[in-house]
Amino acid sequence: MRHIISVLIENEAGALARVSGLFAARGYNIESLTVAPTQDETLSRMTLVTYGDEMIIEQIIKQLNKLVDVVKLLDLSDGPHIERELMMVKVKAEKGAREEMKRMADIFRANIIDVTDSSYTIELTGAGEKLDAFLTAVNDDLIMEVVRSGPLGISRGAKGLGL
Amino acid sequence: MELTGAEIVVQALKEEGVEYVWGYPGGAVLHIYDALFQEKAVQHILVRHEQAATHAADGYARATGNVGVALVTSGPGATNAVTGIATAYMDSIPMVVLTGQVPTPFIGSDAFQEVDITGITRPCVKHNFLIKRVEDIAETMAKAFYIARTGRPGPVLVDIPKDVTDPNIRIPFEYPKKVSMRSYKPVEKGNARQVRKAVELMVKARRPVIYTGGGVVLGEASDELRKLVAHTDFPVTNTLMGLGSVAASDSHFLGMLGMHGTYEANMAMHEADLIIAIGARFDDRVTGKLAQFCPNARIIHVDVDPASISKNVRVDVPIVGQVKPVLRDMLKFLKERKSGPDKAALKEWWARIETWRDVNCLKYVNSDKVIKPQFAIETLHKVTKRRNFYLTSDVGQHQMFAAQFYPFEKPRRWINSGGLGTMGFGLPAAMGVQQAFPKATVACVTGEASIQMCIQELATCSQYDLPLKIILLNNGYMGMVRQWQEFFYDKRYSHSYVDALPDFAKLAETYGHVGMTIENPGDLEAAYKEAFGMKNRLVFMNVIIDPEENVYPMIEAGKGHHEMHMSPHLSAERELA
Repeated sequence: MRHIISVLIENEAGALARVSGLFAARGYNIESLTVAPTQDETLSRMTLVTYGDEMIIEQIIKQLNKLVDVVKLLDLSDGPHIERELMMVKVKAEKGAREEMKRMADIFRANIIDVTDSSYTIELTGAGEKLDAFLTAVNDDLIMEVVRSGPLGISRGAKGLGL
Repeated sequence: MELTGAEIVVQALKEEGVEYVWGYPGGAVLHIYDALFQEKAVQHILVRHEQAATHAADGYARATGNVGVALVTSGPGATNAVTGIATAYMDSIPMVVLTGQVPTPFIGSDAFQEVDITGITRPCVKHNFLIKRVEDIAETMAKAFYIARTGRPGPVLVDIPKDVTDPNIRIPFEYPKKVSMRSYKPVEKGNARQVRKAVELMVKARRPVIYTGGGVVLGEASDELRKLVAHTDFPVTNTLMGLGSVAASDSHFLGMLGMHGTYEANMAMHEADLIIAIGARFDDRVTGKLAQFCPNARIIHVDVDPASISKNVRVDVPIVGQVKPVLRDMLKFLKERKSGPDKAALKEWWARIETWRDVNCLKYVNSDKVIKPQFAIETLHKVTKRRNFYLTSDVGQHQMFAAQFYPFEKPRRWINSGGLGTMGFGLPAAMGVQQAFPKATVACVTGEASIQMCIQELATCSQYDLPLKIILLNNGYMGMVRQWQEFFYDKRYSHSYVDALPDFAKLAETYGHVGMTIENPGDLEAAYKEAFGMKNRLVFMNVIIDPEENVYPMIEAGKGHHEMHMSPHLSAERELA
């Protein structure tokens, strides 16, 4: 099963390597990993997407918690939560095709953030499936470059993940 | 008080109560060595190879329970220490390893003797640090010792760039009185409700087995375990790392379990309806084939490390906590109950266990022509049993023979590399033990292959007058490799014959020690007595043994506990009967 895990980790040199190294050394699957500092500059927040059976996920969570730099951890998949991913796509947009591409972006509530006479760069935010759907909807030949952030997640409700 | 970085490192060792540091100097640690030179409270032991520094610190830690400390230089000094660090990591041994590093401005430039040792050791340390500022030394050292000795212990590496210990920079020194880390909070007591649940299972059990590992030794819970065993009348088995936590002479003790465990221990595990696992980690050498492991048992697991629980085997009652307070609670709750364990069921269970014991699975055929390794260990016990005795070992057949045939009565007396299985461990580990207990008798049982992996340490023993007794069970083969080749590769002994052996007795003599060669079974006891009588000398006993003796019983990798190979003559005897 797919799990999305949020990790608060000391913002120290090597902290990211400890997490990625753990996944590599123990043969756990890792689909995506994003990391950035939080409002507290001594802490980074990591969002990990992984999959495995119940026993593996339990081990992943325990092993992450065991890392001395990990302060707090939450398996977002345990409860209601929101996921968002950012994607930027560079597409061909030449003469007759420009209007059609603009319409497609509008349908997906995407923004065109860069324009040349032959291309658009489109920014799209949403759940992973929405980004997938956009890529399916656009003709493969027109896609020049895709960059995705990997999902970020946060739990629903008034309670926040903090110290 | 204003101190240099190097002086702060040494002061930190003093603050932590460190008596000995095993190490080897080099460019990046010269400032620290200079500070050490002027400090009398911390004694430095100069080894001959950095691997030995870590093994000696490790042996010291295993025997005393204190944090062992090693100090090595950058680059090759640090990489040579890695095997010892991984050895300590696998057996959860508290250790702090200080490595020199190139000066901070040079880090990442492929400077002379530079390696990314925090990167290299990340998967085999409990934690590691790279100190970048002299102001951070005191706090980092305090954290390193705190992390190493608390929770599930383990090695912590502290990498110290040379400029951080610059003798020209002095800063005020204050050592943290207490360490508190928001990201690291080791557990203490176990959850009382879980312990009560465990107790309910224990009183209902009809065929219980207590299975304990190194955690009982590390957690100083041997007394509590013995009380629990006495109170419940439950049978108990130890892993290789747990030997000595119950007295081998206690009738409740079934011997070691696992790949080379006893028939009674493995069969009891296989037929048990309740396993009480304490400070053990369900290692593959213990469980055999997981699908066939304890097929009828419910499992209680007490461990200080939550990640150990349900890692390999799904357990029914997990208890996360220090073994000692958990066992105390367990005993207290058991005593509070009106009715205890089921005596009638236990009587039946013990009767069944006695039938397995009667098989006498460790029986071997002795010889008056050639020394059998089992006989060599039995005789060693005969000669040393009244002594204040510690036994270290290397890795292989001799290690298994020692585990099977030397009955350990106390914890911390059997010192060997279980998890990593590091050949070369035995001699330097014995140095660490002897340093800690100068008056004790410390012996190392080894093989002619293992001993050659750290044999240079005979010089260290000479320099520091360490009167070790080395018992080399010399069969001319990497015995365990040869045994597997005999069983599983049709006796194709590919590269397991150890050719071109030195004359070990003479070799020991060139290092200033006493050397002996013993070939006749009839001479063995007298030779041991003579050797152990030489109080102040290291005696290297080259004991020539039967070249093709095998370790039995044996469970092949990937087989179940009930599928043991017994010694061929034992099987023949049984068929006749």
